[in-house]
Amino acid sequence: MTWFNVATTSDLVDNSGVCVLVNGQQIALFSLTITGQNQLFAIDNFDPIGQANVLARGITGSIGDRLVVASPLYKQHFDLHNGQCIEMPEISVGVYPVQRQEQTIWIQLKSSQPRAETKMEAMV
Amino acid sequence: MTASQHILVVGNGMVGHHFVEQLRATAPTATITVLCGEPQLAYDRVYLSSVFTGKDRAELALTSEQHYREQGIKYHLNCWVSRIEPQSKTVFTANGENYHYDKLVLATGSYPFVPPIPGHQQEHCLVYRKLDDLTAIAHSAQDSQTGVIIGGGLLGLEAANALRQLGLTTHVVEFAPQLMAVQLDVAGGQLLTQKITALGLGVHTGKTTQAIVAGDECRYRLEFSDGSFLETDLVVFSAGIRPYDALAKDAGLAIGAKGGIIINDYCQTSQQDIYAIGECALWQNQLFGLVAPGYQMARVAASHLTGQALRFQGADMSTRLKLLGVEVGSIGDAHARTPGAQCLTYQDPIRQIYKKLVLNDSGDKLLGAVLVGDTAEYDTLLQYFLNALPLPAAPESLILPQLNANTPTLSADLLPDHAMLCSCHNVTKGDIVASIEQGHVELASIKRCTKASTGCGGCAALLKSVVDTELTLRGVAVNNHLCEHFAYSRQALLHLVQVEQLTTFEQLLQRYGQGQGCDVCKPTVASILASVWNEYILDNKHVALQDTNDTFLANMQKDGSYSVVPRIAGGEISSAKLLVLAQVADDFQLYCKITGGQRIDLFGARLEQLPLIWRRLVDAGFETGHAYGKSLRTVKSCVGSTWCRYGVQDSVGQAISIESRYKGLRSPHKIKMAVSGCTRECAEAQSKDIGVIATENGWNLYVCGNGGMRPRHADLFATDLDTPTLIRYIDRILMFYIRTADRLQRTSVWLEKLEGGLDYLRQVIIDDSLGLAAELEKQMAGLVNSYACEWQRTLDDPEALKRFRHFVNSPEGDSNILFVQERGQIRPATLEEKQQQQRIPVTMIESEEITHDMV
Ligand code: SRM
Ligand SMILES: Cc1cc2nc3c(=O)[nH]c(=O)nc-3n(C[C@H](O)[C@H](O)[C@H](O)COP(=O)(O)OP(=O)(O)OC[C@H]3O[C@@H](n4cnc5c(N)ncnc54)[C@H](O)[C@@H]3O)c2cc1C
Ligand code: SF4
Ligand code: FES
Repeated sequence: MTWFNVATTSDLVDNSGVCVLVNGQQIALFSLTITGQNQLFAIDNFDPIGQANVLARGITGSIGDRLVVASPLYKQHFDLHNGQCIEMPEISVGVYPVQRQEQTIWIQLKSSQPRAETKMEAMV
Repeated sequence: MTASQHILVVGNGMVGHHFVEQLRATAPTATITVLCGEPQLAYDRVYLSSVFTGKDRAELALTSEQHYREQGIKYHLNCWVSRIEPQSKTVFTANGENYHYDKLVLATGSYPFVPPIPGHQQEHCLVYRKLDDLTAIAHSAQDSQTGVIIGGGLLGLEAANALRQLGLTTHVVEFAPQLMAVQLDVAGGQLLTQKITALGLGVHTGKTTQAIVAGDECRYRLEFSDGSFLETDLVVFSAGIRPYDALAKDAGLAIGAKGGIIINDYCQTSQQDIYAIGECALWQNQLFGLVAPGYQMARVAASHLTGQALRFQGADMSTRLKLLGVEVGSIGDAHARTPGAQCLTYQDPIRQIYKKLVLNDSGDKLLGAVLVGDTAEYDTLLQYFLNALPLPAAPESLILPQLNANTPTLSADLLPDHAMLCSCHNVTKGDIVASIEQGHVELASIKRCTKASTGCGGCAALLKSVVDTELTLRGVAVNNHLCEHFAYSRQALLHLVQVEQLTTFEQLLQRYGQGQGCDVCKPTVASILASVWNEYILDNKHVALQDTNDTFLANMQKDGSYSVVPRIAGGEISSAKLLVLAQVADDFQLYCKITGGQRIDLFGARLEQLPLIWRRLVDAGFETGHAYGKSLRTVKSCVGSTWCRYGVQDSVGQAISIESRYKGLRSPHKIKMAVSGCTRECAEAQSKDIGVIATENGWNLYVCGNGGMRPRHADLFATDLDTPTLIRYIDRILMFYIRTADRLQRTSVWLEKLEGGLDYLRQVIIDDSLGLAAELEKQMAGLVNSYACEWQRTLDDPEALKRFRHFVNSPEGDSNILFVQERGQIRPATLEEKQQQQRIPVTMIESEEITHDMV
């Protein structure tokens, strides 16, 4: 497991998503402010239902207690905590640990073969 | 029945297949073998014709070989049964095999009857029943110009539609004096003939074909008994169906006088180990040529085999269909043959509607009905008929046009529990109630658990009204709340925003909402804020509320790329601007298409290309076309008096000035307008939310028209207006709509729901009955004056431009957006094409590059 430095806080859009490229993989990064507290989420950017890389461009919100993003293509909702699709629970997208340190955002990914030239730094 | 018993099913049509499914569900271990005469397993015969309108054949399949294998059902395709030997319980097939059975189920259906007219056996004389027939018809149509259907019944008209879809000049020849003689009365049949003739089909009733001989102009000539004739290249017989009962007859089973395998209430034939179901079966001297009764028989036979005691009790043969775009409904005793029956009819020759109620002698029960041209009341009437409900005091009000709100409605709580709501899946009101009692409170989950309304969908409206009524009875509120986050309607929220001068979603959520919002309330509130305050929609505080299309000021396509639609007001465009569009399209390799809204759409732009493309367009004087927003789309125009010899006013000028006035206006749903230069109406203004048609004296204003899913003709609102009055009225109407409509409610539906309707709207707008007119105009003026092109703003705003990157940490684009060439332009690659392209190590190279840009 490796932590990747993917963005700075100025790249984020509050209550919305952006997309980052990590180790060849597209990840949607969401920054939500909930009762004054900022929370970050990282899930796959690929929408398995619409078959396109678009989840970062969805609208975030809640369904009951679950924080979700709605795919901009066909509006299915994905749980930001566990990646599960609310309408089709048998479908899920990947979720990844994410952290902020000062201005820097880090995402943790399994990288079986880290490349030598990749500037990744292990945190902790 | 024991697990070791062998159930053999002959025929795998719709009913045979349904039987297998039912039996498997109740007897998971039974040994089942299916002998299927056709080359594929069961498919949806009812929707056969949809193949001609573009549906894939494979989509008709009701099951798959894999599914049968998984269910442990043995099957043999192309396996025609030629003989049954009841003594030894064996069936023999045409290809020389034999199968032993413990119980035999005949589901052989029926075959098209071909009258023995001399010449009927020639090439290009076909029938219409199976998938193979489709192939033959399509093949023959390739070198035919004209086609004739012999038989003007339900299936004949269905077949006529198919020929028309294939582009043939189509005729229907019927021996009876009218079309659909089984389902319709004479007047209904006549109206149907008129409507079908108006569609360009030839209808020839009262014609008996005597011979099919060689033709002069076409391949064949049909000679009629009255000496007249008709030439055609292709003939399809649809002169009725006959049950496939020869097998049963040869095996000594009892057969009806006019054919059909006789069955009892358990669907057993005269041999108790042999069942017959579906169209081949004759119950109480009746054949059933529809799928729902067949399904009932399938359930009955399956239940009898598993030791339960369902009985077949006959079935209702009422039908509703939409043939060739003409709505037709027939219920019960359509011909009023019941002694003492009385009829109430309504005829509207202008709108071409015919409706008839058949009542019993005391006039309080419905025995039957005929509906042609408008079947809106079908569901209600069917319930009155099936459940013998007492009719309201003035039964004619059930079919009279709804001039006022006094039409009696059939309240869902009047229906008895056994009332059949969904005949496709045999779901009664009682089943719905039971599922609600098990805790289902949402329409979607009720549908999932009962299967109601998941077949033909015809019962959707009734189902909703039953569910709503039942929920209300149980104290579950049925409401117009926007979503779980706001217990208010759109109108109420707009009021709150105005009255309390709220300018952000957060303020509104904090005071009146709960949770975090969602993809329903966020865009709705964004639209309300824009309608009221008209702030820049990509402002920091609004951007996260917008649908992706609004966020990126472009329309997302299926692959995540975008389309670009610059405004081309009134459809007028100079050659210089066309050159700019062409150049931009060429430089960015975009796909070009003329839209249905008289402008040009450029497809295949990647997110990061949008600002580059728009920089070029804005510099050349283009503005955003708002193809993405719930806002004014286009004002279509015809060429008008400037060029056209009939034009009486300058429709192009008027359209351009109206379009520039309302461009950018955010509204509950999109708004479309058009201006025609004379009464010939080439701009199709009467299908628009706002339609303007020039007269000698000014402009006629039409309102609340709609194309799309449910077209509605616009209503004439006011005549011969001068331009200032015209604009004033449009200002007021639009603003009033914006204030009072529900989320995603087009003006058409809004007007239909508006209490008092068109008259009321006229009072508010023309007579100013609410004293609102000045305020509405002022509000509109505020919006008009604060218009700014969103793309212009965005290009000038580096912060906003930051969003137009696919990755915030890399300049790369999305490697999953791939195009291939088609007809000289790009189109999105299909999944298979992508897989092929991606085998080339493109992704490798990209990920190498990325590593340098990381961090
Ligand atoms: C591009 C275009 C088709 C074309 O190539 O001709 C089009 C494309 C879309 N239409 Fe349309 N409609 C287009 C003209 C029409 C027309 C014809 C017209 O405007 O004269 C109609 C019928 C007229 C009407 O609306 O009353 C039309 C009725 C619809 C509807 C049904 C609306 C309804 O009330 O039933 C939808 C669905 C909706 O809005 O909910 C729809 C939705 C759409 C969407 C937004 C579907 C989607 O979500 O992806 C398409 C996206 C456009 C894009 O990506 O650029 N489109 N659409 C046309 C763009 C016109 C323009 O210049 O802006
Ligand atoms: C174009 C069209 C439109 C229709 N529209 C409607 C509609 O809108 N609503 C409606 O309710 N109904 C409609 N119908 C009628 C509906 O399709 C039938 O009622 C239904 O298919 C009957 O099912 P079935 O299983 O009894 O017969 P079928 O579906 O005909 O199946 C019988 C099967 O048995 C096979 N078979 C026969 N004899 C043998 C044998 N000796 N050995 C092996 N196999 C054999 C046949 O090849 C066939 O595959 C329509 C029919 C057509 C053709
Ligand atoms: S009709 Fe409109 S919505 Fe449907 S495919 Fe065509 S453009 Fe898209
Ligand atoms: S009647 Fe066809 S789905 Fe209900």
